[in-house]
Amino acid sequence: MFHSGEIYAFVLALLFAIAAGLVGSIALMKRMLLASDVISHVALPGLGLAFLLGFNPLIGGAATLFLGTLLIWQLQKQTGLATEAVIGVVFAGSVAIGAVLTPKEDLVEALFGRFEDLSLLAFLLGVCAVFIIILVVFRFKDELILGLFAPELAAATGVKLERLNLYFLLVFSLSVLVGLRFLGALLAGALIIIPATTGRRLTSDLSHFLVVSCLASVVAVGSGFAVTHYLLPQFSPGAVIVIISAAMFILSLLKWPASV
Amino acid sequence: MAPILSVRDLTIKFANRTVIQHLTFEVNPGDNLAIIGPNGAGKTVLLHALLSLLPYEGVIEWSPDAKLGYVPQKIAADRQLPLHVNDLLAAKARILKLPAKNIRSVADRVGLTAELLKTSVGTLSGGEFQKALIAFALLGEPNVLLFDEPTASLDELAEEHIYELLRDLQRERHLTILLVSHDLSVVYQSATKVLCLSKGKPCFGPPREILTPETLETVYSAPLKFYEHHHDK
Repeated sequence: MFHSGEIYAFVLALLFAIAAGLVGSIALMKRMLLASDVISHVALPGLGLAFLLGFNPLIGGAATLFLGTLLIWQLQKQTGLATEAVIGVVFAGSVAIGAVLTPKEDLVEALFGRFEDLSLLAFLLGVCAVFIIILVVFRFKDELILGLFAPELAAATGVKLERLNLYFLLVFSLSVLVGLRFLGALLAGALIIIPATTGRRLTSDLSHFLVVSCLASVVAVGSGFAVTHYLLPQFSPGAVIVIISAAMFILSLLKWPASV
Repeated sequence: MAPILSVRDLTIKFANRTVIQHLTFEVNPGDNLAIIGPNGAGKTVLLHALLSLLPYEGVIEWSPDAKLGYVPQKIAADRQLPLHVNDLLAAKARILKLPAKNIRSVADRVGLTAELLKTSVGTLSGGEFQKALIAFALLGEPNVLLFDEPTASLDELAEEHIYELLRDLQRERHLTILLVSHDLSVVYQSATKVLCLSKGKPCFGPPREILTPETLETVYSAPLKFYEHHHDK
């Protein structure tokens, strides 16, 4: 039987999967999927500090994650450098600082996550975060689409692009944060990247794309948990989820020709 | 007649490079203003400033009833997205809170079939893509259209269709048109005013005054040949 802490963790992971599928779809169209990998690494110094000083790792992760996001947004705005360049610098710096700060015995957990029971409060906070992510994506979907297609066309239609980019970066980081504990800093970005890529392989219709990405993500999380619970309890669910997700992408390659 | 657009002493700078300096001109309702000039003269930059997409010095004054529609240069759009033409039109309609039936009516007006509306933007031909952009600009019933090289990279037949569409639209809807173009014969045929931007002093006036071999040579810094021909309509 499952107890409530496990059920909370499982339900939140499934809700997170939906948010990750949606955010990943937009990120794929914005050509910033890899940023999710990098942004999750930005949480590493915070996680390390939390392990070192003995406070809740999520608080540490959240703090450096949001500081890092704002830093990336601001640097990009002020220097005019490409997002990938700015992200590259922040990424390398964060991993290095994280490596120095995190106590050796906690490093594996910080990098690969751990499945742990959730308190009701942590569960409710997580659910709120997921709903905020989903609401923001749906509220700004049209603005995001126009901004992706042609920024000046969006701006001429009255879309405030800078603000929109900030909102998106924030929900993007929020999704990484929700996935951070059970997937770890190394893999938290994976559920944003892989299911969306699978979805894009399979369809060129926008609404289908969003649905397929979310489904691929939910199936990976659900089956990943089932596999580690019933068959392979010695493995971390995060890694198994990511492996299943990658396997689904490989299966999507069977579809030929790809959707354009 | 009060001008629909009045630009006074407009200067646009990027870092330490001045692209446009002390530019002054006016556009009246129903005018067809052609903006010409060599690459890098600031034509697209001027359109962006008119749309308030970038900072500038000086005055850009649109009359209060001006509603702008914009057709960007084709190359500026990302065509690798999983988006159908209808997704783009529907997104704009929802942002402007327009009823969905307006999408059908602009699509019909530019000749986008229901099938094309469901086509991925990446698979449209150049001409179809341009029509989609024009339909996008027409949503919201603008009375001023700003075009940035609407026929760049189109074949002659598609180009002729687009210009015919523009002429019809202007006639039906009493539109004011601002058109960046490299095609001087089109400019000669349809423009009521010409603004030429170049590294030297900008010039502004009716086509017959501006489109002379001497002025064009100064604007493009090279001798140009063009043929004056008239259509009886």
